[in-house]
Amino acid sequence: MLTRSLFLKLLSAVIVFGAWQIAGMIPVSYAFPTFMESMDALARMTFDGSLFVAYGETLKPLVVGIAISAVLGISIGLWIGLSQLFDWAFSPIFIVMQAAPLAALIPLLVMAYGIGLTSKVFVVCIMAMPVIVLNTSGAVRNTPESFKEMGASFMADRRQIILKIILPAASPIIFSGLRLGVSAGFIGAILSELKITPTGVGDIITYSRSIADYPSMYAAIFSIIVLAVLFLNLLEMLENYLFEGNNRGYASD
Amino acid sequence: MAMPQTKDAPETATTEIAVSARNISKNYGDVEALRDLTLEFPRGQLTSLLGPSGCGKTTLLKIIAGLLEPTAGEVEVNGKTVTGPGPDRAFVFQDFALLPWASVLRNVAFGLELRGVAKSEREDKAAKYIADVGLAGFEASFPHELSGGMRQRVGLARALSVDAQVLLMDEPFSAVDEQTRRKFQEDLLALVQNENKTFLFVTHSIEEAVYVSDQIAILLPRPSRVSEIIRPSGFRDKGVDNIRRDPEYLDIVDQIWASLRNYVE
Ligand SMILES: Nc1ncnc2c1ncn2[C@@H]1O[C@H](COP(=O)(O)OP(=O)(O)OP(=O)(O)O)[C@@H](O)[C@H]1O
Ligand SMILES: [Mg+2]
Repeated sequence: MLTRSLFLKLLSAVIVFGAWQIAGMIPVSYAFPTFMESMDALARMTFDGSLFVAYGETLKPLVVGIAISAVLGISIGLWIGLSQLFDWAFSPIFIVMQAAPLAALIPLLVMAYGIGLTSKVFVVCIMAMPVIVLNTSGAVRNTPESFKEMGASFMADRRQIILKIILPAASPIIFSGLRLGVSAGFIGAILSELKITPTGVGDIITYSRSIADYPSMYAAIFSIIVLAVLFLNLLEMLENYLFEGNNRGYASD
Repeated sequence: MAMPQTKDAPETATTEIAVSARNISKNYGDVEALRDLTLEFPRGQLTSLLGPSGCGKTTLLKIIAGLLEPTAGEVEVNGKTVTGPGPDRAFVFQDFALLPWASVLRNVAFGLELRGVAKSEREDKAAKYIADVGLAGFEASFPHELSGGMRQRVGLARALSVDAQVLLMDEPFSAVDEQTRRKFQEDLLALVQNENKTFLFVTHSIEEAVYVSDQIAILLPRPSRVSEIIRPSGFRDKGVDNIRRDPEYLDIVDQIWASLRNYVE
C-alpha cells in the first residue's frame, strides 16, 4: 500500500520531469530551459550557498505570515462558525479579501507600511488567511448535530464541546484550508518579492531573468515548489498524528 | 377477549417509579409533537415506547434526557425535576454518534473523560464494558473499522460505562441484521436482570417490544399521547428460548397490532 503510493508518486514525477525535459529540448520557447539544465543551475546555487542566503530572506515573511494566518485564521474562523453575529460581521471581509486582486492592493500596502518586512507579511496573510478562515468557519458550523448532542448528554460543558468535539470534527476541513492557505502563502511570499522589493528567491528570479539566465530562474521556481510540497507533506503528517481516525472516513457514512 | 396485561396491576402499585413524565407537551413551531403526555417508568424495569413513525418517541426520550426543553409539563428522575442532562441518565443514540477520530477505547471512555475521570481509571472501566458487550480485542480499532452492530455495541458500552441509573435507548437495534438483533435482545434481557437499572427503549418492532419489555407504552400519532400501557408478565421467567412460543406473547403481539393497524393507513 505504502510502496504502491510511493511508486505512483515517483511515476508521476518522472512523467512531469520527462515532459519538461522534452519541452525544453524542442524547445517550446528559447526562454524555457530543459529539466537537466535547470537541475544543474539548482545544484550550482545550492553548493555556492546563494540559495540558502535567498531562502533566509524569503522564509522570514513566509513563516511569520503563515504562522499569523494559521493562528488568527483558525481562531477567527472558530468564532465566525460559533456565532451568527460574528458570521454576519466578519465573513464578508474574508470573502472580499479572497476575491480581491492582490496586485492592485500592493501599492496601497507599500504606502501604508513601507517596503519592509511588514508589507510582505501582509501580502502573505492576505493570500493565506481568507481560505483558512472560511474553511474553519464552514466546518465548525457543519459539525454534526448528533456529536454535539452526544457531548451534551454526557454533560460536556461549552469548552469541552469546542475542544473535544467541534475542533476535531472540523479538523479535516480546517487542515485542507491550511493546505490551501500555505500554498497561497507561498505564492504571496514570492509575489511580494517580485512586486515590492526584490529580495531572496524573488530576487534570483528577477535577476536571472534580466540577464537571460533561464535555468537559474526555473531552478528558483522549482525549489519553491519543492519546498511547498515538503511543507504540505509535513502538515499532513501533523494532521495524521493529531487525528488518526479522521483520514480513514467517518463512521457515520 | 383476554386482557393479560391487567392481571398484575397490584404489583405495579408497589413498584417504585424511577422516571415520570407529567403532562408533557412539545411543539416544534407549528408542529405539535407531544400533547399532554403522562407516563411513568418503574425502577429496574424496561419500558418500551412503541408507536408510528414521527409520533414523537425520540422527542420524548430527548426531553427526558434533558436535551430538549418541553413546551409544557415536567420530567422527574428519582424525584428531582429535570432541567438538563445529568449523571443519572445515559443516552444510546440511534445513529451511534461515535467520534470517528477516537478509538473504540476512547469512545467508550468519552463520557468518563468529560467528567474528568483520570485516564487510567476510565480506560480500565471502559475496557471492562467493552468486554461486557463482546468487543474485547477491538479497543484500538476505529469506528469505521467496525460493522454496524459492533458500532451499536460501542454506543451501548459508552452509555453503560458512566454507570447511570437510567438508560435511554433510541432504536438501538435498528441498524443490525435479524440474527444480531435477536442476540442483542437476549443480551438486553440479561442486562435488565443483572443491572438494577431503568431502561427506556424505543423500537418500531412490536415483537421486539413484547419480547424485551416489562411495560409497553403505545403512543398515538401526532400530537402524541399514551393510548395504552401493556405489561407482559406471564412469560418473563420461562427462559429466553420459550418466550416466542408462549401463547401470552403471541396474544399480546396480536393485540398491539390490532390497536396500531388503524394508524397505518
Ligand atoms: N428539530 C425539529 N424541528 C421540527 N420538527 C421536528 C423536529 N424534530 C422532530 N420534529 C417533528 O416532531 C415529530 C416527532 O418527531 P420524533 O423524531 O420525536 O418522532 P419519532 O417518534 O422518533 O419518529 P421515528 O419513529 O420515525 O424515529 C415529527 O413529526 C417531526 O416532524
Ligand atoms: Mg425517532
